[in-house]
Amino acid sequence: MTYLAKPKLHHPELPTNALGLTRRDYEGAISTLCAGCGHDSISAAIIQACWELAIQPHRVAKLSGIGCSSKTPTYFLGQSHGFNSVHGRMPSVLTGANLANRDLLYLGVSGDGDSASIGLGQFAHSMRRGVNMTYIVENNGVYGLTKGQFSATADRGSKAKRGAINTDEGIDLVLLALQLGATYVARSFSGDKAQLVPLIKGALTHEGAAFIDVISPCVAFNNHDGSTKSYDYVREHNEAVNRLDVITVRKEITADYEAGTVQEVRQHDGSMLRLRKLEEKYDPSDRIAAMTYVQSRYAIGEIVTGLLYFTPKPRDLHGSLNTVATPLNELGERELCPGSAALERFNEDLR
Amino acid sequence: MKPLVAVNDFVVKFANVNGSGSASANTLFAKSILRMGVPVSPRNIFPSNIQGLPTWYEVRVSERGWLGRRGGVDLMVAMNPQTWDKDVAEIEPGGYLFYDSTKPMPAAKFRDDVQVIGMPLMEICSATYEDPRQRQLFKNIIYVGALSTLLGIDAAAVEKLIGEQYKGKEKLLEPNVRALHLGRDYARDHLPAIGLEVRASDRVGKRIFLEGNNAAALGCVYGGATVAAWYPITPSSSMAEAFGKHCRKYRTDPATGKARYAVVQAEDELASIGMVIGAAWNGARAFTCTSGPGISLMQEFIGLAYFAEIPAVIFDVQRAGPSTGMPTRTQQADVLSCAYASHGDTKHVLLFPEDPKEGFEMAAMAFDFADRLQTPIFVLLDLDIGMNERLCEPLAWSDDRRYDRGKVLSYADLEAGKRFGRYLDLDADGITWRTYPGAHPKRGSFFTRGTSRDRYARYTEEGSAYVDNMQRLLKKFETAKDLIPKPVARVAGKGSRFGVIYYGSTSAAMDEALESLEAEAMQVDALRIRAFPFHDEVLDFANAHDHVFVVEQNRDGQLRTLLVAEGMLHPEKLTPVLHYDGTPITARFIHQQIASRLSAFNVSPLKKSAAAD
Repeated sequence: MTYLAKPKLHHPELPTNALGLTRRDYEGAISTLCAGCGHDSISAAIIQACWELAIQPHRVAKLSGIGCSSKTPTYFLGQSHGFNSVHGRMPSVLTGANLANRDLLYLGVSGDGDSASIGLGQFAHSMRRGVNMTYIVENNGVYGLTKGQFSATADRGSKAKRGAINTDEGIDLVLLALQLGATYVARSFSGDKAQLVPLIKGALTHEGAAFIDVISPCVAFNNHDGSTKSYDYVREHNEAVNRLDVITVRKEITADYEAGTVQEVRQHDGSMLRLRKLEEKYDPSDRIAAMTYVQSRYAIGEIVTGLLYFTPKPRDLHGSLNTVATPLNELGERELCPGSAALERFNEDLR
Repeated sequence: MKPLVAVNDFVVKFANVNGSGSASANTLFAKSILRMGVPVSPRNIFPSNIQGLPTWYEVRVSERGWLGRRGGVDLMVAMNPQTWDKDVAEIEPGGYLFYDSTKPMPAAKFRDDVQVIGMPLMEICSATYEDPRQRQLFKNIIYVGALSTLLGIDAAAVEKLIGEQYKGKEKLLEPNVRALHLGRDYARDHLPAIGLEVRASDRVGKRIFLEGNNAAALGCVYGGATVAAWYPITPSSSMAEAFGKHCRKYRTDPATGKARYAVVQAEDELASIGMVIGAAWNGARAFTCTSGPGISLMQEFIGLAYFAEIPAVIFDVQRAGPSTGMPTRTQQADVLSCAYASHGDTKHVLLFPEDPKEGFEMAAMAFDFADRLQTPIFVLLDLDIGMNERLCEPLAWSDDRRYDRGKVLSYADLEAGKRFGRYLDLDADGITWRTYPGAHPKRGSFFTRGTSRDRYARYTEEGSAYVDNMQRLLKKFETAKDLIPKPVARVAGKGSRFGVIYYGSTSAAMDEALESLEAEAMQVDALRIRAFPFHDEVLDFANAHDHVFVVEQNRDGQLRTLLVAEGMLHPEKLTPVLHYDGTPITARFIHQQIASRLSAFNVSPLKKSAAAD
């Protein structure tokens, strides 16, 4: 895309955010995905979340791998630099980009084939390094672009469009992310925008590895009876443990809640996560309990959604590496080159 | 057999068991000769193993300053019973065998034409030290002491080196010095004199002694690299580790103690190159270092960097392939896999450093080339340069030098309305302008992708847009020639109708071979290639000679293939001279190969024909 602005006709009274931008300013090119694709709902949720948080679009770097989901960064945040990398390798490219400039927001968008099959290794290692990013997997259980083969997140026993039954165990990326030390882990459903938008906002304000598994039905190849990733199936089996609100402005809490039903946590960047409990005993600060809960519900056929785990004080890769506050890509000769005198001393030690 | 007699011109080889602490003692031996002003060139010959397998350290002493491997051994220090027979067999007739005589060896294990020097090392150690580990470690220092007496090495030079090595660890210093003198005294009192001698000279000068991997790592620091991502693989790991070490020293912010660099040990080579590409896309100078198997794994990403035009610097410290091959042996066997890395039509810039000094220089310049050309740059080291200490000219740097960050539009440029199309060739050199992410709120954003795109980075499968882009990449490859180091020519006497082309670590042996050929009145002009794509000078050189030898350390003549394919040179004209058994090429080998081919071309040495006239 060039900086030649695309002409935009929009209603003069479209609401604006704190930056004076409308939702249209967060859009990208027109989607070329199938009508009804869950991924388009996720793109819309990303646009909504960024607009509500008043993020400067150009301060986001959006990266993806290969596949239907990885095409979507073209369809949101048209003023952001985007990088459609190679299949399954978005996490390493994002990690490198993050190392170069710690001041941008990094949004990685991937699919279940991209992250759970070919890119499982890179997914895992980016989580365990604690890269400060929002990592969204648009999970539909099939390869869409190559027309309907099972992916690694397809549940065992799930039926393909042409009737084949998946005999392999499915990979749950939420469980992996929890085990590998992601500090913000959520699951949602592309058909539940009210749940999804705040979860994305929470992830974008989280200063560590934030992972959201979004079940996103494939209308072309995985939306039939017998599929466990169809709209109907997910709606019937969706068990949300909580509802999240992300509040960026510090203000008095005035709403009335029944005691013990609302949990509020201040994040490092000053934003507030307000969690309304739907499942009374669920505690999203307990990583081990979260893993047990997700698995025990899966065993009885339920898909647990909501903010499943987070810590308000995450670690991140820059912290581990103790890098300077200035982005590395802004350092010049003066900060980087030791100079000729130091080199002469180096020579002297080698004689 | 008359014992060998030589001053400052011989080869000593130590046969040890790895993990026995011999490496530091052997290095001490080599450095003490350097301190006497006599050039040495040592080589580690080691297994892919940590403990218990044979390892060798070969030291060539050469007043003339020949740094290539000579071939043959004049004094064998045989400390490994496992390899005894092979080691003894390698000694030149008239040479010397130094061994531990604590346990008697059957007479059949020796050679009649070799001078035997037995020293009861284990017995001396057992009598002196209680601790078994000390017995082992000091045995090494004791034999260095004995050898220093036999060869006439200055005790003070060795002591000074030990002092430098154990500076701040005085507890270790004293026993080491004592062990050294134990060996010296025993040799003086009990061992016969030998014909090999080190005599103080002034042939080392200001030169320094360092490993190529270490030098290249420092070149990355000077060149402004801030992100390194790597995966451990012999023989490149020590480069990544050296980069970390140099950065801790030179790149720690003095005020905050924070790091002006990031080193990530990745999960594999795919992730390593992925991180490099991500970092360079985002405006940091980034590199990875690897060896052949890593290059194989990186292929897909290298194609992305080529096609999407993202800078990347890749160091390939080559080892013997294919597959796992011989991981601790040297070769120049990745020339083609780097030149054409990845699927589709790709071509990459290669740099061929000849020694650690050029390793430093080319490492630093590679980042300028990568930024300027927006493409992967390969620096092809090899194990011989990378993992051996080599005598070379001191490293130099001009404080006036500025990094060339290439064509990058800043916020101010964009604000001023400068024309921008990510793949729009505004300057007719094939190189287009780029922007860093986050540069400007409204202008300069674009989508980076491995799919085909038009000049404004918009996805397209239009054939004409694709061809336009591929042709521009060729033009950019031409532009590269203006930047990269030119070949170095060396004309023999009045010039010859025979030429030889070589590159990289072959240099040391080639210098010596050219002189020895000349000494036998066989004149050959030489050209050292320092980079790919080839400059016109390379093709002119080939065209100006009737026959050209191409000397390489691989089986298939990979550079020769590249000369034929890219330079349109006739294969018949290019005679391959190939050395690929995993040991560094020697002057003797080159001399013998070229001399025998020259005689096949009916060339009689000039002097002889002159005499016949």
